[in-house]
Amino acid sequence: MIRYLLKRVASGIALLCLVSTITFMMVFGATGNVARNILGENATADQVTALNSRLGLDRPLMVQFGDWVSHAVRGDLGPSWTMSESVASALASRLPVTLSMVTIAVAMMALLSAMLGIAAAVRGGWADRAIQIVSVAGFAMPNFWLGLLLVLTFSVKLGLLPATGYVSFSASPSAWAASLVLPVTALVLSGIASASQQIRGAVIDALKQDYVRTLRARGVSPRSVLYRHALRNAMPAALTVLSVQFIALLGGAAVIERVFAIPGMGSLTVSAALIGDVPVLMGVVVTLIIVVVLVNILIDFLNAWANPKVRMS
Amino acid sequence: MSDINTAQPPMPAASQRRHFVRSVLTNPTGLVASLALLIVIASAIFAPLLAPNDPSAVQIFKVNAVAGDGYLLGGDGSGRDIWSRLVHGGRNTFLGALITVVIAASIGVTAGLFAGFYGRKLDLVARWISDGIMALPALIVLLAFYQALGASIYLSMAVFGVMLSPGFFRLTRNLVNGVKHELYIDAARVSGLSDLRIITRHILLSVRAPVVIQTSIVAGIAIVVQSGLEFLGLGDPSTPTWGGMLQDAFSNIYVSPQAILWPGLAITATVASLVLLANAIRDRMQQGGVQVRAPKVLPLAASEPLPPTTSDMLLDVRDLVVAYPANDGWREVVKGVSLSLKRGEVLGLVGESGSGKSQTAFAILGLLSPGGRVLSGSIRFDGIDLGKPSGDEVRALRGKRIAYVPQEPMANLDPAFRIGFQLVEPMMTVLGISRAEATRRALKLLARVKLPDPERVFRAYPHEISGGMAQRVLIAGAVACSPDLLIADEPTTALDVTVQAEVLDLLRDLQKEFNMAVMLVTHNFGVVADSCDRVAVMKDGRIVEINTVADLFAAPSHDYTRMLLDSVLEAGRTRTYRPPMTEGMRA
Repeated sequence: MIRYLLKRVASGIALLCLVSTITFMMVFGATGNVARNILGENATADQVTALNSRLGLDRPLMVQFGDWVSHAVRGDLGPSWTMSESVASALASRLPVTLSMVTIAVAMMALLSAMLGIAAAVRGGWADRAIQIVSVAGFAMPNFWLGLLLVLTFSVKLGLLPATGYVSFSASPSAWAASLVLPVTALVLSGIASASQQIRGAVIDALKQDYVRTLRARGVSPRSVLYRHALRNAMPAALTVLSVQFIALLGGAAVIERVFAIPGMGSLTVSAALIGDVPVLMGVVVTLIIVVVLVNILIDFLNAWANPKVRMS
Repeated sequence: MSDINTAQPPMPAASQRRHFVRSVLTNPTGLVASLALLIVIASAIFAPLLAPNDPSAVQIFKVNAVAGDGYLLGGDGSGRDIWSRLVHGGRNTFLGALITVVIAASIGVTAGLFAGFYGRKLDLVARWISDGIMALPALIVLLAFYQALGASIYLSMAVFGVMLSPGFFRLTRNLVNGVKHELYIDAARVSGLSDLRIITRHILLSVRAPVVIQTSIVAGIAIVVQSGLEFLGLGDPSTPTWGGMLQDAFSNIYVSPQAILWPGLAITATVASLVLLANAIRDRMQQGGVQVRAPKVLPLAASEPLPPTTSDMLLDVRDLVVAYPANDGWREVVKGVSLSLKRGEVLGLVGESGSGKSQTAFAILGLLSPGGRVLSGSIRFDGIDLGKPSGDEVRALRGKRIAYVPQEPMANLDPAFRIGFQLVEPMMTVLGISRAEATRRALKLLARVKLPDPERVFRAYPHEISGGMAQRVLIAGAVACSPDLLIADEPTTALDVTVQAEVLDLLRDLQKEFNMAVMLVTHNFGVVADSCDRVAVMKDGRIVEINTVADLFAAPSHDYTRMLLDSVLEAGRTRTYRPPMTEGMRA
């Protein structure tokens, strides 16, 4: 078990190093126009050269990379090129916003798709059809368009919920919740589509196993067969879906945050990408990879709990 | 129940392929989806003919205009024709999706074919890379790379193709792993074909249909993501795009709310068609060629008053017919079986695989596989009618008075729970006793079935014990509530030869101790001779002969019985040693 987890951690660190390197080469290797982007069209050539040298862009790429790495391992991701704060502090204020939104969305999605998936696996019929419709709709409707429709309906037409903007939890828990209702709804639908189908399949598979027949033959109640035995055995598959969905939602949050003007990682990434604030982009990628690696390790832990075989090896 | 799911050969030949395409199109969903897709693609190709206006032409007095007056769907925030932009927007969308799909499929399928075929190191490395790519939030990476890739959305979509290749990779790899040990691949290898030729000619053919489905899905994802990127302001602002139109509509949402509908509907309709088409192909593949109609449920034959059974008759099965849904109505696997068991009697149920003996046993237990049904006949246990469709009667008896010992011990213990719990839980439910009492009894039972160190077994997970031990555990579980009838479905077939005799001895001892009636399903006459009082021989869902063991061995009356007996005897004569239970598969 310990060895298994250590292996996963090592694999995560390797992934982090590899992706950071590739991303660095991509984003810092293409900084030719960044100074002009930042200074605007009317900047003189001298101003551009001066900015390039101030940002350290006139050094060889490998030197820049070594410099970045030596600071990054100490938690210093450098200053932002366009904002007056450091990358680390920008991330620190943005990450909790996105994480809380995505976590709530994943939890809701897990709950709803488990209910729908189990109902479809056991009953078939209406639940099966509901899943089919939801999965096609959830897949085909871009979540930001759904977000726009929600804004149009609930904010512009009905005036029930705030259209945009974000209130921090510490400022007002109820306003915080209200500001998250629409974005979370928009995020959840697309996820339910694939998650509920996977859970349905996993439960059907579990119910087909020989030991289910034996448990029934022993007089174990149908409820226990489904909720205790089949569900526990369907858990690994369900957890895998959730980890995939978590990653998808982190990306999807970028567009959703734009629609609802939520100051999270996504809107930070978009503005940094459009203007070319390269240190911020590096910081975002590194941070999100760390988050993903941590979430995957958490999923591994849960998996080990559900599946004793994993625990042993 | 290998007789229900017959393996499917790979689909060959061009005529089959045409038939396949036609049958996807005759499916209503498939047809509608294909038509919708065709319309959207055609209107993108012929956009210049369909668009009345230049998509970029600005008319200042038509800013956010309502529909009409030359602008079919109104004007956008800059006074451009929404309809013209919509049909032109399809072009860049489909081109982007095409780029993504081609790159994702060519990388993923190639890597999957080789990793699946050669396995080992190559597979390990490819899987690590694939897992790594899947761990990246694609949209964030595309945003981060935006400055490097430049304003062209197509470069971003190419990178996105690389990021979606793991889907194709995993699919292909798993499919190849599934087929690479098939006989026709071995045959190709033996006949001297090169690996490359085997991969391209034989394996690629069998992974084609799933790859087509995946292509359709990936195209849908690409369209959604591309419009997302354009909505965020990436890409060339001078090209009309669906995402860009949504961005424009969003900034004018209070002035001209209806403008957010059209581009979104275009995206949704296109992607939905792709998904539905994929579903239609998948459904068609899963049916394996024939449209399966749910067969009508026949009413059980009106229960005629059964002739009274004698008091020592425990189980009385008459004219039992069991069927599963098939392509055209019901496929009968048990065709009118009648048998009976007295208290304390041991009946052998013998036959080849697929003869219906296991299905007869499952029908008595009320545990047929999903879809299976008792179509007619009666099952009476100690005077109680078990044939009622609700299954309430038999559910109340299971575990308590009727018990079951399965064939594959390892597959019949829930891998997620400790063995102790799997013994304790049914006892608590069935007997209504406390956990402590159930634990005490379970430990006693484990000792009774001669397991060394019952405490350790009680705490163990199923994967920590051997198959022989698992079968003892299952027998302990079966007799936990002192049942009157034990149904054992080939209880020794999956065990090592050395363990088989011990398990049979144990069953025999327990049968005497509890004075249980036992129905012993087997294909082995040696087991029958050792353990049974009477024996019924089954063939093709019917009982061809039923007699006491002594009489049947002495004078088999049916040809089939004679043949089965002969085959056992001949095997005994011609070989010096032959384990008694390896000559056939299970029913």
